[in-house]
Amino acid sequence: MSDYMKRSFLVALWFVFLTFPLMVVKVNTLKNTVEWRWMNMLWVAIGAFVLSLLWRWALERRQLKNKEAESGEDESTRLGFGQRLLVEPKLYKPVLAVLFVATIAFPLLFDIYQTNIMVLALVFVVLGLGLNVTVGLAGLLDLGYVAFFAVGAYTYGILNSFWGIGFWTSLPIGGLMGALFGIALGFPILRLRGDYLAIVTLGFGSIAKIVIENWEEVTNGAKGIAGIPRPGFFGADMSITSATTYTYYLMILMVIFTIFITNRLKDSRIGRAWMALREDEIACVAMGVDMAKTKLGAYAFGAFWAGLVGVIFAARNTYINPNSFTFMESALVLSIVVMGGMGSIVGVIIAALVLILMPEYLRAFSEYRMLMFGAIMVLMMIFRPEGLIANVRRKYRGHKVMTEDVNA
Amino acid sequence: MQYFLELSCSGLVRGSIYALIALGYTMVYGIIQLINFAHGEIYMIGAFIALIVAGVLTIYGFSGVSILILAGLIATIYAAAYGYTLEKIAYRPLRNAPRLSPLISAIGMSLFLQNYVLLAQTPDFLSFPSLIPDFGFMEPVAHIMGSAELVILVTSAVAMVALTVLIKYTRIGKAMRATQQDMTMARLVGVNVDNVISVTFVLGSVLAAIGGVLVGSYIGQINFYIGFMAGVKAFTAAVLGGIGNIPGAVLGAMVLGLAESFAAGYISSAYEDVFAFGVLVLILILRPSGLLGKAVKQKV
Amino acid sequence: MPEITNKLLEVKGLTMDFGGLRAVDTVSLDVCTGEIVALIGPNGAGKTTFFNCVTGIYKPTRGDVLVHPPAKKSQRINGFKSNRVTTIGMARTFQNIRLFQNMTVLENVMIGRHCRTTTSILGAILRGAKTMRQEQETVNRSYDLLEKVDLFKYADEFAKNLPYGAQRRLEIARAMATDPFLLLLDEPAAGMNPQETRALDELIVRVRDTEKIAILLIEHDMKLVMNISDRIYVMEYGKEIAQGGPMDIRNNPKVIEAYLGEEADA
Repeated sequence: MSDYMKRSFLVALWFVFLTFPLMVVKVNTLKNTVEWRWMNMLWVAIGAFVLSLLWRWALERRQLKNKEAESGEDESTRLGFGQRLLVEPKLYKPVLAVLFVATIAFPLLFDIYQTNIMVLALVFVVLGLGLNVTVGLAGLLDLGYVAFFAVGAYTYGILNSFWGIGFWTSLPIGGLMGALFGIALGFPILRLRGDYLAIVTLGFGSIAKIVIENWEEVTNGAKGIAGIPRPGFFGADMSITSATTYTYYLMILMVIFTIFITNRLKDSRIGRAWMALREDEIACVAMGVDMAKTKLGAYAFGAFWAGLVGVIFAARNTYINPNSFTFMESALVLSIVVMGGMGSIVGVIIAALVLILMPEYLRAFSEYRMLMFGAIMVLMMIFRPEGLIANVRRKYRGHKVMTEDVNA
Repeated sequence: MQYFLELSCSGLVRGSIYALIALGYTMVYGIIQLINFAHGEIYMIGAFIALIVAGVLTIYGFSGVSILILAGLIATIYAAAYGYTLEKIAYRPLRNAPRLSPLISAIGMSLFLQNYVLLAQTPDFLSFPSLIPDFGFMEPVAHIMGSAELVILVTSAVAMVALTVLIKYTRIGKAMRATQQDMTMARLVGVNVDNVISVTFVLGSVLAAIGGVLVGSYIGQINFYIGFMAGVKAFTAAVLGGIGNIPGAVLGAMVLGLAESFAAGYISSAYEDVFAFGVLVLILILRPSGLLGKAVKQKV
Repeated sequence: MPEITNKLLEVKGLTMDFGGLRAVDTVSLDVCTGEIVALIGPNGAGKTTFFNCVTGIYKPTRGDVLVHPPAKKSQRINGFKSNRVTTIGMARTFQNIRLFQNMTVLENVMIGRHCRTTTSILGAILRGAKTMRQEQETVNRSYDLLEKVDLFKYADEFAKNLPYGAQRRLEIARAMATDPFLLLLDEPAAGMNPQETRALDELIVRVRDTEKIAILLIEHDMKLVMNISDRIYVMEYGKEIAQGGPMDIRNNPKVIEAYLGEEADA
């Protein structure tokens, strides 16, 4: 135990040294003054010490877990609590009932501001579910997903500002535009894998933002597009409160719709093909799967959803500009998918709600949001790569009952 | 003609900075097949620490070249420390994980470091003192190349030569080359692979920090976000030259720097960044092995 | 003795160059209906490369790969992508097992049915009658195949958790799910103990006799090869050095020389 203490003490010293210039010293080059923030040094020392202890403990636990998994112990049949929650009706029925009531009642219990935030959270839920298919199921690491989101939003913005086209017409168009871009961008990168794919998609995302910023005639550049109408209800005149509530229920339906569809896809011929593609592309193709069609399908599907909610996002904000569509947003959605557990629908929903709502509710910590995202991404990869809720694979019902004497 | 020379000079200067950063990317990728997303942030931290040290020294009465040297030295040492720590915390535990994990961890660290500096210091642009003195002998060519440019070119060249010597002729350099070829075998013949990897990160960070210090004093201002753009461009350069290939990184950086400079000078500077991304995307699609790299065939 | 009627696979003068290296040098090989053909040779002879050329992983530098699917028109498949080759009716297993580790055993086999089913994204979402029928049929066929390779009890297990021998059998079941007329097995017995090898022996013969699938296999286990092969081709340094029945090959001086220094436990 004292060995741990000693090591952690040294680690704390190291971090005090490491962070000294940035955390303690603050230089004002204009006024030529220096501020010495000695308290920070104390915080770093204590924090590093405690974290080092935790880190060592967590790493050892992880090693144990890995050893167990390697020696083939029966850990795979024991489902975690999260997984049992999904699978056993006794557990999930009451939870679902409570959720249902809470969801319906939400706008009636909370004010318009809260409802608006919830709408944003739901937008990111759908984004997470969409990217979950591309990254989680098909294993195509897309770091530029925000581009499709932007396509949807700007489709509505442009259609509306140039030709006065309304929300409901723009909605499917936004989705379709997203899908088209998904195919167009997916086509040249079919042969890329892993890191290279990640970088190229990152490039695409950044190019998209820069193009939006500079293509003044169409997108109005950095000034953005304002005056985008909220979703309408048969042309009725709605107050902001009603419109927001209306958008909220619309998003709830959208989320349910998305869950329904992605769930069906997971347990389908194409869903299995995506997973096989992710697991081993060469073997997958050798088993007869058309790589191009299947991959493009994954890109198009994910992009379609991003385009769809892009339209709703534009309607919610009534104003869009390029700053909502940066790499940070792509990274955010990626964090949601990674944290939720690649391919796990419930996990992604929880992760999206947590990552979007927490900064809102913990206002005091909001400036640490991105810092925490970064840390969470690293920690999740090291300690829980399978995500919040690891994948539970479906059991299929065959037409035969298992006969013991099959074994010779 | 003069404009052309100006642009060439400025292109070479850009290229030198990109090269310093690109070398870090290419060495790390060559040895553990990881794109160190957070490398750009090391460059940024190097610049910040140099600024802080220079600021403190100025206040306490130092002046002249001594500031540059001290600030550069301390920034480099710190960058090395950050690089080492980064590898130890975020990448080493994932050495045997599937390829996706360290990549996401790298992105996470990049975000973390950016915001760490943002919160610890400031989101605003900080003005970087001009540390590079004016050399008298540069007067006649000052309209093409100034003292600052000369210093950057020379320092970069020296750094790159030093790196090449180290890799080719020292024991640790040999160990690095062996580990890059075949990590398991290197381990079996007694190479401490963990140390070699740490050294690789440290070297890359040192070079990046030098770049950060030079760029800071050249451009005159820095902020927490400069690592991202510089990182992407340097990575583009590394890929252009053939990722994992050290001379390739330098070549790619020079080509990219010159191309950017000419594009900005003769066409338009607004789409400069798109240009870099565009090059990146095109290379990865058309010739992923880069100018000097070898295509690696997957064994089926 | 199975009746040798039609050629299913006809490879003529296949050559594969990688830059300056000639991995396969003018190799010809036939597989006819009802045959088990073995391709043997010392390590590095180019056998797997040959497989890869035939199944679409590589495009041969020279030569012809002709397939004659029963009751369909013949085709020259040089350069066809591997999914196209599989759809035509030739499926394979891999030397280094390539299963879908994080999918269940049953799902691995179900992937094999992909090229024989047609449900699209839209179909998957709507789940109409035709889709559901295809799904159930896929499930049933896959269970059947698992039974045939004696993996029924592992159906819901993740592929990565399977013992080694079972993983090899799973690869075979998966390949069989694509309804091939010719199965290419790359070292199916590698790493198996004698019991498992015997079971594999019986399995391969069953596949030929009951499923009516011809087999082309690469193998190092001489006992297995001599036991079940109808004909054998021998490769060394990329060239074909002998072909014939088991008896001829066993006594062929060139073959013996090629294997000198290797344990020939024939």
